[in-house]
Amino acid sequence: MNISSLDYQPIFLTLQLAAVTVLVLLVIGVPIAWWLAHTRTRFRPAFEAVVALPLVLPPTVLGFYLLIILGPNGWIGKPVEAMSGSPLSFTFTGLVIASTFYSLPFVVQPLYNAFEAIGKDPLEAAWTLGASKWDAFWTVASPMALRGYITAIVLGFAHTLGEFGVVLMVGGSIPGKTKVLSIEIYERVETLDYSQAHLLSAGLLSFTFLVLLTVYYINRKLPVHVS
Amino acid sequence: MNLLSAKFKLVFDEFIFKVDLEIPIHGFTVLFGPSGSGKTSFLRCISGLERSPEGFLRIGDETWQDEKRGIFVPTSERQIGYVFQETRLFPHLNVEGNLRYGLKRCTPQNGDALFSQVVEIMGLGSLLSRHPVNLSGGEKQRVALARALLTRPRLLLMDEPLAALDAKRKQEILPYFQRIQSELSIPVFYVSHSLNEVLQLVDTLLLMDQGKIVAAGPVEDVFSHPNLERHLGHSLVGTVLGTTVVRQDEEFQLTVLKFNDHILYVPRRDVCPGNRLRVHIRAEDVTLAVAPIEDQTSVLNVLPAQIVEVRSNAEDGCKVDVILDIGCPLLASITRKSLAHLNLQSGQNIYAHIKAIRMAHELD
Repeated sequence: MNISSLDYQPIFLTLQLAAVTVLVLLVIGVPIAWWLAHTRTRFRPAFEAVVALPLVLPPTVLGFYLLIILGPNGWIGKPVEAMSGSPLSFTFTGLVIASTFYSLPFVVQPLYNAFEAIGKDPLEAAWTLGASKWDAFWTVASPMALRGYITAIVLGFAHTLGEFGVVLMVGGSIPGKTKVLSIEIYERVETLDYSQAHLLSAGLLSFTFLVLLTVYYINRKLPVHVS
Repeated sequence: MNLLSAKFKLVFDEFIFKVDLEIPIHGFTVLFGPSGSGKTSFLRCISGLERSPEGFLRIGDETWQDEKRGIFVPTSERQIGYVFQETRLFPHLNVEGNLRYGLKRCTPQNGDALFSQVVEIMGLGSLLSRHPVNLSGGEKQRVALARALLTRPRLLLMDEPLAALDAKRKQEILPYFQRIQSELSIPVFYVSHSLNEVLQLVDTLLLMDQGKIVAAGPVEDVFSHPNLERHLGHSLVGTVLGTTVVRQDEEFQLTVLKFNDHILYVPRRDVCPGNRLRVHIRAEDVTLAVAPIEDQTSVLNVLPAQIVEVRSNAEDGCKVDVILDIGCPLLASITRKSLAHLNLQSGQNIYAHIKAIRMAHELD
């Protein structure tokens, strides 16, 4: 195996994609999880099902629809292309959008579970102590849901790292733009470059294992807050 | 004096909570009634945690809710303290963090002076760095109470704060409630389904049943209100007397109480002479005799009384309620047969034999 000849670009791109995706997912996922945990609508099961869809849907199906939506004639792709001059499919931005859908349940569900376990009681207590709803969210609900946040961030990150089918459909394999680690591995195998495939696979395996190990270790140390 | 005007209506599946009330708020007001009578709903409406669609709420000169004018002040902007039955301390903060949470949001100025005062009153000095998981039930409740007091509430709402504690812990907490009154003079609305824990504290009693307030006023008056049996429950029908402790009788292990000009003996209690003590006398524990037979009975407390009125008992056909005058009304429940046998009439002078006198905390 030759480490010096290793192309680091897919690795950095993958890490970058995972990091940006997790950030986007926190901005989107926290409100969704909060809303799901507190809504009284009777359609809640329907929303829960929609959020869970990417868990079971074949990534190619998800990728196919995203390709259509993000493509030059799609609902999102067309207006974006009209504004920016370039389409979303086969770009890094397109990949971030695709990964956001793909990893959504991995971020929303731990948060949703955490918010639901906390319930309304501590929030009501905070309101009676003069905290606004926004204040109570940051100073009571979020610290109490810390384990949920950590689990969400790590699962979202790790899951995006290993993404393949959706990326292939939406992003293709443009070096430096959309060629992520899993696709690089796939191509190495296709060209019978097993030594590089080994190196990358083993690297991804150990990295992911280490990340998960850290999370489970931290989670054991953190207290569980359930009202 | 501060007036509370409240008009609330909430419709639940099988239960309607409806209150239209105007009362002065001072001292200790107890909302008493069976579970599911709407006591907690009332507190939640006052605090704004529950919003009654056509509600109205005014405390003193502040209107907190007036749906006709589109006014609804959110909970966080109402000057109330709320002590929940399950304390709801924040598990991620230690005791000091819990106490300061409300303090810094509601009392930005001179917060430290109030903090020290409340910590001292509630006896929390040694607990400040502990986390709620490491507190006993009684300690948690004291922290919750202190946390609410530190918001400088105009009105303190307490929802069965003692329900989860055993009898011994209850006795430990009760003196702290007294200190809220004597040292901070914050009016309290206190929800309870057991009168024993609050009989010594209560100034005003709101009796609730099936979502409505059925009686309101000083506790002695509410108890002498006619036809309360079905609301109070059989075992509580009777009379509440405010007495003064005269002395301890060491020889016979009795405590001597004075009520008007009458002397009452009760089993020895740890109370100092001069203290006020409210006692409860069940209507069933009062028997009537036409002659003074003090030297022929084992009953210790025999009081001369005059019959004011005899009423048939709506709940029990064999019983009648006899309202006596012993300087204040005293309720006795005797059988219709005894009434006929003794030929009792209104205005007649007789003797009331009191078989048992219960202290507040001995009620069940």
